[in-house]
Amino acid sequence: MEYEEARQRIFDTLTKKQKSKSKFYFSDLAKILEIKPRDAKKLINKMVEDGTLEYWSSGSTSMYGLKGTGKQAHTEHED
Amino acid sequence: MKLKHETPMLDELESGPWPSFVSDIKDEAAKRAKNEKNVEYQIPTDVCDDLLGILELSFKHGRTHWKHGGIVGVFGYGGGVIGRYCDQPQNFPGVAHFHTMRVSQPGGKYYNTDFLKQLCDLWDLRGSGVTNMHGSTGDIILLGTTTPQLEEIFYELTHNMNQDLGGSGSNLRTPADCLGQSRCEYACYDTQHLCYTLTQEYQDELHRPAFPYKFKFKFDGCPNGCVASIARSDMSFIGTWRDDIRIDQEAVQAYIGGEIAPNGGAHAGRDWGPFDIQKEVIDLCPTECMWMDGKELKIDNKECVRCMHCIDAMPRALRIGQDTGLSILVGAKAPILDGAQMGTMLVPFIKAEEPYDEIKEVIESIWDWWMEEGKNRERLGELMKRQGLQRMLEMTNQKPDPRMVKEPRHNPYIFWKEEEVEGGFERDVNEFRKHHQR
Repeated sequence: MEYEEARQRIFDTLTKKQKSKSKFYFSDLAKILEIKPRDAKKLINKMVEDGTLEYWSSGSTSMYGLKGTGKQAHTEHED
Repeated sequence: MKLKHETPMLDELESGPWPSFVSDIKDEAAKRAKNEKNVEYQIPTDVCDDLLGILELSFKHGRTHWKHGGIVGVFGYGGGVIGRYCDQPQNFPGVAHFHTMRVSQPGGKYYNTDFLKQLCDLWDLRGSGVTNMHGSTGDIILLGTTTPQLEEIFYELTHNMNQDLGGSGSNLRTPADCLGQSRCEYACYDTQHLCYTLTQEYQDELHRPAFPYKFKFKFDGCPNGCVASIARSDMSFIGTWRDDIRIDQEAVQAYIGGEIAPNGGAHAGRDWGPFDIQKEVIDLCPTECMWMDGKELKIDNKECVRCMHCIDAMPRALRIGQDTGLSILVGAKAPILDGAQMGTMLVPFIKAEEPYDEIKEVIESIWDWWMEEGKNRERLGELMKRQGLQRMLEMTNQKPDPRMVKEPRHNPYIFWKEEEVEGGFERDVNEFRKHHQR
């Protein structure tokens, strides 16, 4: 899968789901892309690098969200 | 010195005979207030006062005032920083942000004093000064800093101290090892070399989270297990040997005659009487595979389960074999909620030789399986229980082996499949009834 196509697919799907949730597990993203986790990782890393996605971590678990979305950024004065 | 907040309940924790973290934090608060070294503190000077204050408030209310987790981190890394904020920032501004940084510990936890001084100076300047050496993760834990300091600290660590952040979140966690062959004659492989090689090889897994949950490697040079890998790591590498324990019969006699102190001279603070090899070694062998044949100590090596007791008791007489390698056990975990689980044998013996390709193959096959089929927040040990050991053996191309059986008749996880059975599972009932009545 080409990077731009993957990015658009992630962006569109996550934007649609914004009303119900803003943070997603890695496996949710791999399912959206419909590719193996190892291959999805390369694309998703790139999306973090270019600022489409951002990491969220509880300390024990990590999740991904569209950059700047969700309550977290505001309450932590990070926006 | 008067503290910023009254802390009557915390003070109780200083009244026992043991060291108290409350006293330590009070000392640090006083040190920061005095600032004899004229440090230009980059986070609030009263961070330690407010830390005590918010802890006292939590004790009073019986609930926490921390909010943990967040989007904070350093550029390109998805782990190593754990965001923490307090929910009373007006009353305790010093701990409004109180993030934790995990820093990789050096292999075998070898430090030099220069490094420790640098680390402490850095944390005095840009953090709270409060550290945790070493948490159960094994890392150097730096407790309490603010968001703007994170990149500064990361730059200092990586550029001037040649040190990296450790793992947190759904990552490969910082691999931990014992000091191995650098100091220990029991070590069956070079733990530090394997630990370092795999740490370098799996940098992406360490810093960019894509696993269902946490994943830990730990390396024990021998079955004594000084880093307790069998209990604490999803993948545990324990040194072992496949030939015989080497016996020096003269030294055995020297132990019996009292010329060499048993247990390397440990427990010498009390007179335990003369060393009794029968009572203290042979009778304690869990598989009863040792005996004296006249003046000779004999071991039935095929029965040895590597408990290490005899070698630990008489290290100059008994030594590990020479054909050494390691065993790989998988699926251990030690969570608070769901119950601890020990590792299960996956590979009974594998040579630990550079470039460790065989070991990497096992690791990657496990990851492929777990990344595809593990549920969110499911540890490898839980996936193994859910899908069964047989499935894991298939996914990792390992052949079933009696050494994988934990207890006979308890976990019969090796099942026949229809295609493996001559004639399949179907039978001719009429033929059966000829010989067996209803």
